[in-house]
Amino acid sequence: MSIGTRSTFLHLGLIALLFVLAFVLPSYHQGNLARIMVLATYAIGYNVLFGYTGLLSLGHAMFFGAGMYGLGLAMQYGGLGVIPAFAVALICAAALSAVVALLALRTIGVAFMIVTLMFAQAGYLTVLYFGAWTRGDEGFVIAQSARQIAGLDLTAPTTRYLAALLLFSAALLITARMMQVSFGSVLIGVRENEERTRMLGYDVFRHKLAAVIISGTISGAAGAGYAVLFGYVGATFTSVQYSIFPLLWVLLGGAGTTIGPLVGTLFMFYLIDYSSGLTNAYMLIAGVVLVLLTLFARAGLVGEIRKRWVAWLP
Amino acid sequence: MDFGPHLLLAVLEGAVGAAVLALTALGLSLVFGVMRVVNVAHGEFFMLGAVIAWFVATSIGGHPAVGFVAALALAPLIAGLVAVLVDRLILKPVKYDPEATIVGTIGVLYILQQTALMTYGPEARPVEPPFSHRIALPWFEWGENGFAMFYPWGLSTNSYKLFVIGAAIVILLAFWLIMTRSKAGLIMRATQLDRETALAFGIPVSRVYSIVFGLGAGLAALAAVLIVPIQQAHYLMGHDPLLLSFIVVIIGGLGSIRGTVLAAVLIGMSDGIISVFLSPTLSKIIATLLVALVLVFRPQGLFGKKPA
Amino acid sequence: MILLETKGLTRVYGGLTAVDGVDFALPKGEVHALIGPNGAGKSTFVGMISGRIPASSGEVWFDGQNVTPLPAHARIRRGMAYTFQITAVYARLSLADNLALALRSRDRGAALAALDRVGLADRADQMTGDLAYGHQRLLEIAMGVAQKPRLLILDEPTQGLAESEIEGFNALIRELAGETTILLIEHNMNVVMALADRITVLEMGRILASGTPAEIHANRAVQDAYLGTG
Repeated sequence: MSIGTRSTFLHLGLIALLFVLAFVLPSYHQGNLARIMVLATYAIGYNVLFGYTGLLSLGHAMFFGAGMYGLGLAMQYGGLGVIPAFAVALICAAALSAVVALLALRTIGVAFMIVTLMFAQAGYLTVLYFGAWTRGDEGFVIAQSARQIAGLDLTAPTTRYLAALLLFSAALLITARMMQVSFGSVLIGVRENEERTRMLGYDVFRHKLAAVIISGTISGAAGAGYAVLFGYVGATFTSVQYSIFPLLWVLLGGAGTTIGPLVGTLFMFYLIDYSSGLTNAYMLIAGVVLVLLTLFARAGLVGEIRKRWVAWLP
Repeated sequence: MDFGPHLLLAVLEGAVGAAVLALTALGLSLVFGVMRVVNVAHGEFFMLGAVIAWFVATSIGGHPAVGFVAALALAPLIAGLVAVLVDRLILKPVKYDPEATIVGTIGVLYILQQTALMTYGPEARPVEPPFSHRIALPWFEWGENGFAMFYPWGLSTNSYKLFVIGAAIVILLAFWLIMTRSKAGLIMRATQLDRETALAFGIPVSRVYSIVFGLGAGLAALAAVLIVPIQQAHYLMGHDPLLLSFIVVIIGGLGSIRGTVLAAVLIGMSDGIISVFLSPTLSKIIATLLVALVLVFRPQGLFGKKPA
Repeated sequence: MILLETKGLTRVYGGLTAVDGVDFALPKGEVHALIGPNGAGKSTFVGMISGRIPASSGEVWFDGQNVTPLPAHARIRRGMAYTFQITAVYARLSLADNLALALRSRDRGAALAALDRVGLADRADQMTGDLAYGHQRLLEIAMGVAQKPRLLILDEPTQGLAESEIEGFNALIRELAGETTILLIEHNMNVVMALADRITVLEMGRILASGTPAEIHANRAVQDAYLGTG
C-alpha cells in the first residue's frame, strides 16, 4: 500500500470514526467533542503556518476573531443567514490575513512573533473599543432561531456535532491534500532551509503569503463555526490566550502532522476540563505542559510516534 | 481645573509611570541584549515583585516603612532567584533556541501567574506606602497685579510619587555606572558583543547568562515594589507592563540601554498625557500598532544598530 | 556566444568595498574557475550573479537579458543553479526528498538517476543529516546538476571531499562541460588545472588576471599574490 493510500485510509477512517461517535457518545462528551472539533479546525489552520511553514505566530486569535465577528456581526446586525454570514466571515479572515502577511512577512524570527502579537492585541483592543456593537468581553448571543440552515436546527446536539465534523473534515482533507502536492513540499522546504529553497528557484515570499492566508482563513472558518454552533461571540476569543492555545494544541499533538492538531486539542481540552474541577488555576496545567513539551518532546505526541515507529504518518 | 494645571498633573503622573516603565523595560532589554532571548514571562516577575512586597509588608508589622524597605531588598532577590532557576532548568537545556525560549517562557508565565492565583488569590490588595504627604503644586496666572502664583484646588502630588521618580533615576544611574565602569559591567557588555570571543577569554558565559537573567527579573520586581503602594497588587498585573516593556524595548532598539530609557520616558509620558485626552483603549491601540509598524519598517528602533 | 556578463559589478558593505566594478564575460559551454585569496570577493561576486546578494551598483546580464532587477529565485528559474560554500541541503529530509525539491517533481526515477551521478543512489531514503559532510556536499552538487541548468555556479565544491570523491567530481564536470556552462570557485589548484578552460584571479575585489591555466600559471603577478612557489 503506498504512502498516499495509507494516508487516505487514515484520514477517512478517522472521519468515519468521528461520525459513528456522533450516535454513540453520551450527550456530555458528544457536546465536548463537537467543541473540540471546531477548536481542532483552528489548530489545523495554525499548523499550516507553524507546523508546515515554520512561522511561529503569536497573534492567530485575530484570525479566529475575524471569522467569529464576521459571522456574528453579519447575523446579528446584518440579518444574514448562516451560509452568507459564513462567507462574509471567510472573506474577513482572508482579507485580514493578507494585510497582516504583507506587513509581518517583512520580518523574521522573533520580530515576526512580536509583530503578530501586536497586531492581534490591537485587534482585541479594537473589539473592546467598538463595544457598542461587539459588547466587548461580555459578548453577545446569537439567537437560536437564527442558527438554522435550510430547516436544519444547528443547535440540536447531533446536528451541531455533525456540522462541526463537516468543518473539521474539510479542514483536515484540504490540508492533507495540500501537503501531498508540490505546494506543500515547498512549504516544508521553506521551513527547513529558506535560503536553499529560494536558490532552487522558488518564490519564497509568495509561498509564505499563501501559507498565512490559508492558515488565517481556516482559523477564521473555525471562529465562524464556533460562533454559529455554540451561539456566542465574545472578545475573550480574540485575546492573547486564544493565540497561545493553538500553539499549545499543535505542539502537544505534533506540529507538521495532519492528525496532531486534533490529538493535541482533545488532550488539552480534557486535561483542562478535569483540572478546572480541582482548582480555578487550571491554566497552570497549560503552563506546565508547555514547559515539558519545550524540554522533552518538541515533536509532540503524534510527532514522536512518527519519529520512532510509524514513519509514514502524514 | 484648567488646561494648564491639568497638563501638569498629567505630566507628573506620566513621569511616575515612565520611571517604573524604564526600570521594567530595562530588565527586558538587558536580557535580550546580552542573551538574545525574549522572556515572555517578564511581566510575571514584575507581578511576583508586587505580590512578594505585599506578603513581606503584611508579615512585618509596625511602621510601613520597615516593611517597604524589607520588600525592596527581598522581592528583587527572590524574583531573581526564581529567574536563575528558570534559566538553569529550561533555557540552558534548550540552548537558548529563540523559538523554544519563547514557548518555554510562555509556560513559565502561566505557571507563575496561576501559582500567584492559587496562593495570593484573585483579589487586588493595597500596600501602604512608607510615607505619603500631599504636596500642593503652584500654578501661575496673569492677574491684575501682574504675574501671580496660586494653588489650584485639585493640583497636588504626593511625596511618595516624587520619591518613586527620584528612586528610579538613582537606580538607572547606578545601573549605568555599573555597566560602564565596573568589571561586572564590562563582562556583561563583552558577552553581549561577542559570545564566542568572551568564551575564548575565559568569561564564564553560562554563569553570566544566569546572572543577567536573574538581574532582568530583579529589575522588574524592583519596579513593582516601587509602584505597588500606588497601584494595588493583583495576580494579572503583569500583563500591561509586559506589553508596555515590549513596546519600549522595540521602539528604543533591542539591546540599546540608552534607547530603552529614552523610549520609556517618551512612551510613559505620552501614555499618561494621551490617556487624559483620548480613551485609554484608543491610546493602547495606537501604541500597539506603532510598535508593530516600527518592527516592520525600522526594526532597529530609534537607537539600535542597523542590521548589516 | 556570451552566456553571462557583468558590467561594473560592485558591492560595498559600510566602509568596505568587497567587489569593485568587475567586468566579466563567460562564454557558453566554458568551464571557468574563479580563484583568489580569502576575502578577495569571490563568494560575494557569485552571490551577486545569482541574486542572493544585491549589487550596490553595476549590472548582470544573462543570456542577453539584463537580470539585475530580478530576484534570486527568478534568475534560478531562467537557468542558473547555485551551490553554497557551506553546504545547504535539507538535513531533516531524505536524499530523495531533497532531489524532489531540486527537480520540482516527485518522480522517484529521476531522483534516483540524479543521485546515481554522484554515487548516492543507494542512500536515497536516508536522512541527509546523518550523512558525512562530504556526501552532503555531493548531494548538493547532484541537486545543482539535476536542475539541468544552463549556468552552474559552484562555490568551493570540493571542500570536504575525499580524494576519490574529488575524482568522481572531476569526471562529472567533464561530462557536463559543453552542454552546461560552469563557474566554479575553487582553492584546490589540482581541480582548477584539471577542469578549467579559463581562470580568473580576483584580489581585493578586482580582477588581477584572466586567461588559460597555462597563462595564469606563468603570470608573475598572480604567482606573487597567490600561487606562491608551487
